[in-house]
Amino acid sequence: MPDVFIISDNIISPLGITTADNFSKLTRGISGVKKHDDQKMSEQPFHAALFDRKEDFINDSFIKEGSSGVYTKFEQLLIASIKEALKNSGIDTRNKKTTLIISSTKGNIDLLESHAADPALKKRIALHTSARMVAEYFGFVNPAIVVSTACISGITAILTGMRLIRSGRYENVVIAGADTISKFVLSGFQSFQAISAGPCRPFDQARDGINLGEGAGTLVLSSSQKYATGKYAQGIKVLGGSISNDANHLSAPSRTGMELCSSITRALRDSGLSTNNIDFISAHGTATIYNDEMEAKAITLAGLQSVPVNSLKGYYGHTLGAAGLIESIVSVHSLKENLVLPTLGFEEMGVSKPLNICTGLVSASLKNCLKTASGFGGCNAALVLAKQ
Amino acid sequence: MNCITANCVISGHAVRKNGKIVFENKNIDLPGFLLSAYHYFELNYSRFHKMDRLSKLGWLTAEILLKDGSGRENYEPTETGVVLTNANSSLDTDLKYFESAKYIPSPSLFVYTLPNIMIGEICIRNNFKGEDAFFIAEEFDAGFLEQYVNDLMDNGILQVCICGWVDVLGEEYKAALFLVEKKQEGSFDSFTKENIDKIFLAENG
Repeated sequence: MPDVFIISDNIISPLGITTADNFSKLTRGISGVKKHDDQKMSEQPFHAALFDRKEDFINDSFIKEGSSGVYTKFEQLLIASIKEALKNSGIDTRNKKTTLIISSTKGNIDLLESHAADPALKKRIALHTSARMVAEYFGFVNPAIVVSTACISGITAILTGMRLIRSGRYENVVIAGADTISKFVLSGFQSFQAISAGPCRPFDQARDGINLGEGAGTLVLSSSQKYATGKYAQGIKVLGGSISNDANHLSAPSRTGMELCSSITRALRDSGLSTNNIDFISAHGTATIYNDEMEAKAITLAGLQSVPVNSLKGYYGHTLGAAGLIESIVSVHSLKENLVLPTLGFEEMGVSKPLNICTGLVSASLKNCLKTASGFGGCNAALVLAKQ
Repeated sequence: MNCITANCVISGHAVRKNGKIVFENKNIDLPGFLLSAYHYFELNYSRFHKMDRLSKLGWLTAEILLKDGSGRENYEPTETGVVLTNANSSLDTDLKYFESAKYIPSPSLFVYTLPNIMIGEICIRNNFKGEDAFFIAEEFDAGFLEQYVNDLMDNGILQVCICGWVDVLGEEYKAALFLVEKKQEGSFDSFTKENIDKIFLAENG
């Protein structure tokens, strides 16, 4: 079975349009979450990590090409992020052994707010339409694969890419995820009473819900040995992963955490690692009462309760279909830089099974990282990233 | 080898189980058709009435697929999974939620604005706790499904998988689900692109 090397990546978020810029802001404790008072989005003010202007995420070359009018904000985010990730990657998108995977929960759903829902609009909203347009922009010869599995979409997409490479079907896989925040999404989470009154506080005693966030992330994977060493080598691999379902409730996580635990255990087995090999965990940590409690139980059941844990939701908010990608990419750079980031917003332990929550920037020798996520529909995912 | 041990296709207001029409009810709208099929097969599941149309169609197809089937209770829950695909994601309910949100946004509608909720409904009913995934494609892609599900089965991730296509937008709909299990060669059709397409397209032939 071939190794799956990470050869390039990009994050576009309100914190910046390159991974380096994003990581640098994270190490300085800078958050993209701000208070917004926008009557078009919500009658009450809300906290979220949003792009203020289009220029925040479109790189200059894209504007110069004059293409920005053809593509929606969602597609522009995907294109800008993929373009940045492909730069200097050595990947030929026209190669038959290269494919594209797109991850999103709601894609172009914001178009409903400005257009009549006629058949043409319904087709324009479809995620496969966006995926085809993005694939054509870069000249991919294979049709794009679109993943939409709620808040675990990004990790499902990475695992799908890993498996396509392991099976030998493709040599290179470009995985991009994005979501934008519209009234559609915000009003839905508000109807669930799931939006925090202020900046979110993952795993904290006083946590009261999520902040939403917009962004895009791209990860480029390859089995090619030229990425193992030499000028393209990044030194990080996708080692394994697993998905599970609670089979319990559509919108409330498992009461026991057994199913996320099963996903973690299987991900470790798939990676050939045991619990004492994991150096830190990048949790989902949405800062809802129930998610964080379930995750604490699952991590404890898996025997990982003493491992340093962080949640990045305090910096990015919950970026939905991009979250698994953005947070995995940050973890890749944590491994490279040997730095575990603190959990912004956490002060006092607020889960029944105490975890080792990171509260400051920790320098340590890091080799393996576990990334977890859970979402509506009862889905859970775990992914293992490792230094070569 | 990985075989199709059962299949169920619902389209054009007809239900086909393993290639035979087992129920038809024309001249009725989609919700009426789904409810009539639910009663005909004597299903008794109160959650059904709360579901959106996509979940109702997917759940109903899975029920008929598994009815009188080989013993699903022989499998460990963590080795049972669901892989679904469609073209229109949850747009049918997205449109309804969007209208409702102009007045009072409804959390019970919002939860159905994700296509994998249908997977959750099937998993809750059958206690399937293994791998699941939802993919969106313009058209049914038997080759992708064959490759993805065989990979899960051949690498010991799943022992049984419900997979296929469930799509609803307005009155346009189609569901085609396959039960994939490991069986002796020759006992059932193998889970290949050709056999999947033959079943998916049977109503046209």
